[in-house]
Amino acid sequence: MLLLHENGPPLLRAENLEKRYKGARGRGSGESVTALGGVSLSICPQTTLALVGESGSGKSSLALCLACLEPLTSGCIWFGGRDIAALDEPHLRAVRPQIQLVFQDPASSLSPRLTATEIVSEPLLIQQRFGKQERCARARGLLERVGIPREKAGQTPDEFSGGQRQRLAIARALALEPKLLILDEALSALDCSMQAQIANLLLELQSSLGLTYLFITHDFPMAAHLADEIAVIDRGKIVEMDASRQIVRAPKHDVTRRLLAATPGSFATTPLLRVV
Amino acid sequence: MRYFLRRLMQASFLLLGASILTFLFSALAPGNYLDEMRMNPQISADTVTSLRAQYQLDRPSPIRYLRWVSSTVHGELGFSFAYNSPVAPLLWVRAWNTLLLTLTATLLAWVIALPLGFWGATAVGRWPDRALSGTVAALLVLPDLLLALSLMILAVRSGWFPAGGLVSVGFEALSPLHKLRDIVLHMTMPVAALVLSSLPILVTHVRAAVTEVLGAPYLRAAAGNGIPRRRILVRYVLRAAANPLISLFGFSVGALLSGSLLVEVVMGWPGLGPLLLEAILARDLFVVIGGVLLSTVFLVGGNFLADVLLYWADPRIRIGRT
Amino acid sequence: MEEGAGEGPPQLHLMTPLLEVANLAVAYTSRTGGEVAAIAGASFEVRAGETLGVLGESGSGKSTLAAALLRLLPENGKIQKGVVLFEGQDLLQAEPRELEKIRGGRVALIFQEPALALHPMLRVGQQVQDVLAAHRTLPRRALRERTLELLSSVFPADAERISSSYSHQLSGGQRQRVLIAQAIACEPALIIADEPTASLDPTTEQEILSLFRTLQQKFRLAMILITHKPAVLAGLADRVLVLYAGRVVEIGPTETVLGSPHHPYTQALLGCLPPPIESYANCSKTNLPVIAGDSANLALLATGCQFEPRCAERMNICIKSEPATVGLSNTHVVACFKYGG
Repeated sequence: MLLLHENGPPLLRAENLEKRYKGARGRGSGESVTALGGVSLSICPQTTLALVGESGSGKSSLALCLACLEPLTSGCIWFGGRDIAALDEPHLRAVRPQIQLVFQDPASSLSPRLTATEIVSEPLLIQQRFGKQERCARARGLLERVGIPREKAGQTPDEFSGGQRQRLAIARALALEPKLLILDEALSALDCSMQAQIANLLLELQSSLGLTYLFITHDFPMAAHLADEIAVIDRGKIVEMDASRQIVRAPKHDVTRRLLAATPGSFATTPLLRVV
Repeated sequence: MRYFLRRLMQASFLLLGASILTFLFSALAPGNYLDEMRMNPQISADTVTSLRAQYQLDRPSPIRYLRWVSSTVHGELGFSFAYNSPVAPLLWVRAWNTLLLTLTATLLAWVIALPLGFWGATAVGRWPDRALSGTVAALLVLPDLLLALSLMILAVRSGWFPAGGLVSVGFEALSPLHKLRDIVLHMTMPVAALVLSSLPILVTHVRAAVTEVLGAPYLRAAAGNGIPRRRILVRYVLRAAANPLISLFGFSVGALLSGSLLVEVVMGWPGLGPLLLEAILARDLFVVIGGVLLSTVFLVGGNFLADVLLYWADPRIRIGRT
Repeated sequence: MEEGAGEGPPQLHLMTPLLEVANLAVAYTSRTGGEVAAIAGASFEVRAGETLGVLGESGSGKSTLAAALLRLLPENGKIQKGVVLFEGQDLLQAEPRELEKIRGGRVALIFQEPALALHPMLRVGQQVQDVLAAHRTLPRRALRERTLELLSSVFPADAERISSSYSHQLSGGQRQRVLIAQAIACEPALIIADEPTASLDPTTEQEILSLFRTLQQKFRLAMILITHKPAVLAGLADRVLVLYAGRVVEIGPTETVLGSPHHPYTQALLGCLPPPIESYANCSKTNLPVIAGDSANLALLATGCQFEPRCAERMNICIKSEPATVGLSNTHVVACFKYGG
């Protein structure tokens, strides 16, 4: 199943992405900060690419650029047969539904005044798809799909727990039937038990809906658990990219080794480092 | 520094724009200073025409504006028809009187509002705060006009304070100490009116700013480090609540010239208020423009002052991320 | 040496605990006026020089516990009952003045979120110095020197520069180091750290944890290390306390609690972590074991065992009454009916 896709054309291919921000300090002084310095990567359909890096490595800039929410300084993003980085706003509007983002902190990306059903049907409303009845029915279906109990459909996000809010954010991202889901630290703010639940949900949705994921994280074990391939990013550059198995078994780059060394081992075997 | 230079540029453009706009509006408004004379059968049409030429009211607006600009550059601010003199000296005298009143009132209001607001915020929900909030709300709904009038009635009925004016008759003959006493007595009522009308807004803002800060995690952390409560309140809270208060302070400096007009008119204080009122009624164009311009200068200056203070007080503005 | 009531091995009697918490109960008044029990009858102790790890997920009441020990609860929080005996003094009965002396002096608290725990408009060196000044009467110069000394112990390279910086100029790891400098300023006997690494990425997290390790050894500090990540405690804590819905469900030596947990919650929690890197085989995309249901909601507590609705091993009795704590060994305690609680 997987092999078929691995040989097929990638769903998304990014070539030499560069992103520079104007310096925060020098107003008009021409100083700029390089967030991405020539990133190239590709994601095969129905697979997961994990992007692992420390904070400030350019992970989130890459997420925003790939979702066409931030303009690139230079580079191409091939998606669905065209370079979406070169598209203008009206044409982008047709592409955006196919690439959806889920953020780390669902609380800040969900309107506190809308009910769960309204939040999930909102993207449909904005894209003017379906009538009101159909939208509501679809929203309810999606909420059920991500495991939000029916009695919560009429509640606002502040009545949800952290895990449920992330389920809600995923349901909203799925409303427009995207091909690619960019998960930007989507599990990082959750408790361990909730992380496991959401990770399982992501796996289940991927196999049943044929989704492709870009899973951005600093959590190496979770990346290795979820992803077919792992790309390690450091200071705006991909330093290593390979099958998860290769990266974990035989890391080649120093940054990868450092990140792997910082991950917890199994507790049973970790000795107490001091004598009491 | 570049930032401040830019602000200064903006300010000058703003002033220029304000003067043009005032000019334009008064040109659009029907009638001029001579209209009343024209209605007067005792003044001949020839006199009016010659006055028109003398005041240059017969010239097109752009020319008149340019002439006004040149007179402003010479420090005259145009010519008052009613007083038959350059506008600047007229305004100066009145502006000083207004400033004497409003500076005193603003300072007094802040000196009262800061501790009151602070106290209300630290006692939120308890009776002192409730009493304070009630008083503030009552003062807030009271119209300024009503406030000024009732203070006037109080002054007249009790006879403790002179009703109106800056000094008593025979002021010149008084000894320096008595002169001071005379001015203070005359100022009391207008200052009281101004303080009472601005106090509720200030107290509300101070209380809100401090309340917001009091919930901040770094204050809990400071308490967790054993830093005494008094020190936390004086040092940590005041510093953190400063930003919105500085902006408000800039605003109250900006209102120094324009905030007291009503009170001056009602209480007969010889400040800018009565002067501008007369000028507007008589269409004494350049006096009005001068007054508006002076108020704008203060408004811009107040905001500028607030910016400078904010820059000085908040390291997040002063020093960017490194 | 006189024998006590006959419980426990004799060497425990020689060691009076530094901190003894008994039957602590904390409740919050909710917006609707009801009371929400955040901590219900927690008892535990910390011995001098020992590190106790507190493991709890959101809704477990772990931050409430940290704040309650020093009576730093938010306005709507109230300590209902209990004893917090520190060096023989009940902190819950202490006068505000005495409390100010203990806070930051004998017991230091490192709050969650270093970005929020530092004043945005005061230089961080000044904030470290303020802690010193609150507890020591020293001339200004001595204060300043001691502050730099403290900062150098956490920033060996550039203490001077950090000292004159503001919070927003520092990275997350640097801010955490400043908080640690504040905490050790007055050489406390106990440091309570609430999620000290929650906002840091793994590399920085490891740096901060090894700094804690150094401090433990250097000052013989006792620590209460509060976290939701079991991995943080391995290698750092002597004993682990597991908190669920405001209840202590398991206490024991770290190897026991993390290595062979007994409470169904601890077992399930450790089970749902992704497999550790060294045992990674292949991307199998298999499901992780989970704890069913949603995380504990303190506002909706029912009678019986709080974990019962999510527990895979629930019994009839679990719905009706709450389990008492059972000692499985001298050092290992569990609150579950499975073991007779």
